[in-house]
Parts: sequence; structure tokens; C-alpha cells
Amino acid sequence: MLGITALCTLITVGVLFFILGDLVAHGIGSLNWAFFTRLPVPVGETGGGLANAIVGSGKVLLLATIFGIPIGFLGGVYLSEYGNPTISFVIRYVTDLLNGVPSIVIGLVVWGLVVHPMGHFSAFAGGVALGIMMIPISVRSTEEFLHAVPSSLREAASALGASKSKTIATVVVPAAARGIISGTMLDLARVAGETAPLLFTAFGNQFWSSGWNQPIATLPVMIYTYALGPYDDWHRQAWAAGFVLLAGVLVVNIIARLTMARGIHIPR
Amino acid sequence: MATVPATSEGALPPRRAQTFWGRLQAGEELARLIAVTAGGAIFIITALVFYELVSQSALSRHQFGWHFLVTSTWDPVAGNFGALPFIYGTIITSVLSLLIAIPLGVGAAVFLAEMAPIGISNSLTFLIELLAAVPSVIFGVLGVFVLIPILRSDVVPFLKAVFGDLPIFAGAFYGVSVFSAAIVLSLMIVPFIVSVSREVLLTVPSDQREGAMALGSTKWQTTWKVVMPFASKGIMGSVFLALARALGETMAVTMVIGNTPQIKASLLAPGYSIAAVIANEFAEATGDLYQSALIELGLVLFGVTFVLNGLARIMILTAGRKGAH
Repeated sequence: MLGITALCTLITVGVLFFILGDLVAHGIGSLNWAFFTRLPVPVGETGGGLANAIVGSGKVLLLATIFGIPIGFLGGVYLSEYGNPTISFVIRYVTDLLNGVPSIVIGLVVWGLVVHPMGHFSAFAGGVALGIMMIPISVRSTEEFLHAVPSSLREAASALGASKSKTIATVVVPAAARGIISGTMLDLARVAGETAPLLFTAFGNQFWSSGWNQPIATLPVMIYTYALGPYDDWHRQAWAAGFVLLAGVLVVNIIARLTMARGIHIPR
Repeated sequence: MATVPATSEGALPPRRAQTFWGRLQAGEELARLIAVTAGGAIFIITALVFYELVSQSALSRHQFGWHFLVTSTWDPVAGNFGALPFIYGTIITSVLSLLIAIPLGVGAAVFLAEMAPIGISNSLTFLIELLAAVPSVIFGVLGVFVLIPILRSDVVPFLKAVFGDLPIFAGAFYGVSVFSAAIVLSLMIVPFIVSVSREVLLTVPSDQREGAMALGSTKWQTTWKVVMPFASKGIMGSVFLALARALGETMAVTMVIGNTPQIKASLLAPGYSIAAVIANEFAEATGDLYQSALIELGLVLFGVTFVLNGLARIMILTAGRKGAH
């Protein structure tokens, strides 16, 4: 029995190493300076890159953070610090519901709400879609870390005469800050790899996009497009982009999890 | 954060703290209102999701009614839309991926919870949870460039040689197929099964194990006949969660499933799933009915994952209660 179950574990972990190894093997050879600085070139030519996709992903993720994290953080604060039995139940329920919505459906909804009225694809719509996906995880992790702050801290602040909002702002949130930040990093890493919601919100662009109202190229969508294309140069770039994306996501994940593992930091 | 009084205000005078207006003036109520508004915003966003799906699919729902779910023609040119091939493809890939992922996942969870020393267990769990963080498009790329060639050159010829007579392995294998999609999906959902099952197994009280061992059972018997039944509800919950994830998975599936709206008995034939058809055809859907039909498919998917997630939460929440007799 030890053998069978150990084999199952080995297969599962082995898959991770296999994925990493393969991406490193195929991807690292394809990375060059042009990849990070040049725009895509017409097929048949070599030397193109995905600079617009890397910047585009950054822009869309920035928008998503601006849109999703405040709502998620404040929602988590409400659930943990304030909270009323019915309202908390409803908020928890809809947060769980929103978490379970498939990402392609979120893309459809944002298409209907943002793209259709605006009449064109945009980075803004992509940011809204990814922001909606960030909210549930942000709420849950904020609530969890705020809960973990010992109530003795809150009571001590009260005893010194601080009002509730002041306690939250100056005592509870800073104590839980490390956990909340690492939760936000994990959230960001998760939506950084999402492709489906961007397919008909941010759409894609072969050139640089200016402002927030133009369609914009993003790394996961370019990986999808290039991997399925018939050109070898596109495949090479898909591997390179996949490596860059996975490296970014895994590094953020590892840093965030290691930070979170250190628990609540109570300044003395 | 919110509005913090500029001067160090201290506690409110008793009368003031009791009226809404008094608290509002002191800045207290505003902080609470801001937090409630954020919670309300989440509620509104979720309601909007539901509302958008229902209203944008109205055209297609009124045209096809319930027949939409059982018709298998998908003809954008003639305007005939039926969801059956996609529902079939979604179900078959998800069920098959569960058949692969459950033994693998539960086996690994048993190893990590029961057998491995705590240090090894924690580091291996960390690595497996990293697997859950890999974006799905990366799984798709690996499926297309690595998995499918391996299947085509080694695995499927072996399967056809041994099981070729069975209808599920009939027909030519082009690489893209329901079978490939199921394998990629199973790799994606295994980490969820492992991590939730491991946590559930770790919460089984040790007196259950000790009682079984006191009666003379071996490790295998203890695990299989005592610990697992105690944790079975939680493990079932993890399976439901994994199923809900598999049903909604878009990118990895659409890259390896073949994107053909057909229902075939053979697993080696290409197929289509709900998420895949939306991803492929929505941006190019001509006409309101086409778009509306695709959004109705999104509504079907939303409904199914909604029910499954609800069931999963209930199961995981009530996991520990059974067995406390």
C-alpha cells in the first residue's frame, strides 16, 4: 500500500517537474532580447517578439488590481470586523458563487456589460473581467487573516480609547498586512494566467495599444494564438512566452506562500 | 483606509454613540458604510452576472425553448442551434478526467496524510499546490506539443492493440480527441483532490486510528476501513469541487479536444465542450441568434457549476459530523 500511494504521489509531483522541465528546455533556448523588446512581425519573418503582450498583461493586471482589490479588501474587512448575521451570510454566499463561475462565463458577462455598450474591445474591459475574478479570493484571504489577529489586540486598543475604525486602520490591518499582501500576490498570480475572460474583452492587438480604450495584447492570449498556429516561429515564441508566464506565476506563488507561512506579524 | 478622525478622538460620549447621526458625525458609521458598500458591490456584481446571462440569452431561449438542451445540430448558417454535442463533450471529458484523477489524487492524499513523515508531507503538498497554480493555457501548450505526440506514437497504438475491439477505442486517432482532453483535465484537477482530501484526512481524530489498531488491524485495514469512511464525505466534496473546475475549464480543453460538434461513442474521436465552443466561436458569431445561443450555453454552464459548487460546499462543511457515533 505504501508503494501504490507513494507512486500516486510521485506521479502527481512528477507532472509538475515534467512541466517545468519541458518549459525550461523548450523555452529558455527561445528567449532572446528581441522577445522582450520587439513587436510581432509578419509571418515568415524572424526576429519578432511579444513586447506588446508583456506590457499589455501588465496594464490589464494593473486595472484588475485597481478594480478588484479594494472591493475585495473592504468586503473582507466587513465580514471580519463588522458583520451582521444576515448580511454576512449573503455576502459570503455570493462571494462563493462568484468564485465558482467559470472564467469564460465571466468573459461573456463583461462582454455584455462593457464591450457591447462601448462598441469595441478594450483594456478596460479586460481589467474589469480579471478584477471580478480577483474579488472572491481577496475577500476570503483578507477575512481569514484579519480573523487570525488575536482579539486581545483589539481589546487593548479599545481600552486605550480608540474607536472601532481607528482600531481597524491602525492596529488590526497592519498586524495582518503580511498575510493580506501575500494573499493579494497569490490572487494576482492566479489571474495573470487567465486567458478565457480576455478572449472577447481585451481581444488582442498586433501593435502597441495606447490608453485604456483600445484592444490590447496579453501574454496568455498570445500563447494560445501562437501555439495553435501553423508556423514554427510562432511555436518557438509560444514556448518562450509560456516559460516567462510560468516563471512569473511560480515565483510570485512561492514568495507569497513562504511569506504567508510566517504567519501574523505583530510588531512589538 | 476609510476615514480616521484627524485628532485622536478617543471613545465617543455615551449619548452621541447611540444615535446613527451621532456616529455618522464622528466618522464611525462612515467606515462601516464603506465596508458594507463593498460587500453590496459584490452582491450587485454577482446579480449582474446572472442577469446578463439570462437577458442576453433571451432570444435563443424563446426560439428554442427546452429543445435546445436535447438537439444535436449546430448549424450557424441555417440558424439551428442545439446544445447536446457540447453537453455530451463536457460531461464525457469531465467524468473521464475524474476517473483518472480520483484514484491518483486520493492515493496521493492517503500517502501524504497517513504514511509520509510530516516534513516530507508538507513539502510535497507545497509542490502539488504549485501545480494548481499553473495557468491552464500552459497545460494546453504541453498537451498540444508533448502529450498528443506521445499518445499518438505510443499510448494509443498500445490501447488499440489490446482493447481495439471495444467501441470506445474505435476509429482513427488524430491526436486531438476527447481522450487527450480528459488526460489534460485530470492533470489539472488532481491537485485540488489531493489538497482537500489530505486536509480532510488529517482532521480524522487519531483515536479512530488508535482504536482500529488496538483491535489488531493493519495499516491498510485501518486506512481503508476506518479512516477513509470517516473522511468520505469530505473527499466526495473535493471530488465535486474538482468536477466543477473541470466542467468550466476552457483553454486546455479547447486546444486538445478537436473542436468538432459531434457525439461519437469512441473516446478517440474529436469532440467539443461548452466552454470550448464559446471561446472559439463567440468573437466571430454573426447575428444576434448565434450570440444568444452561445450565451445560453454559458447560462447552462453557469447553472451546472452553481449547483455542483453548492453541493460541494455542503459536503465539505458537513464532513466531520459523520462518524461521531
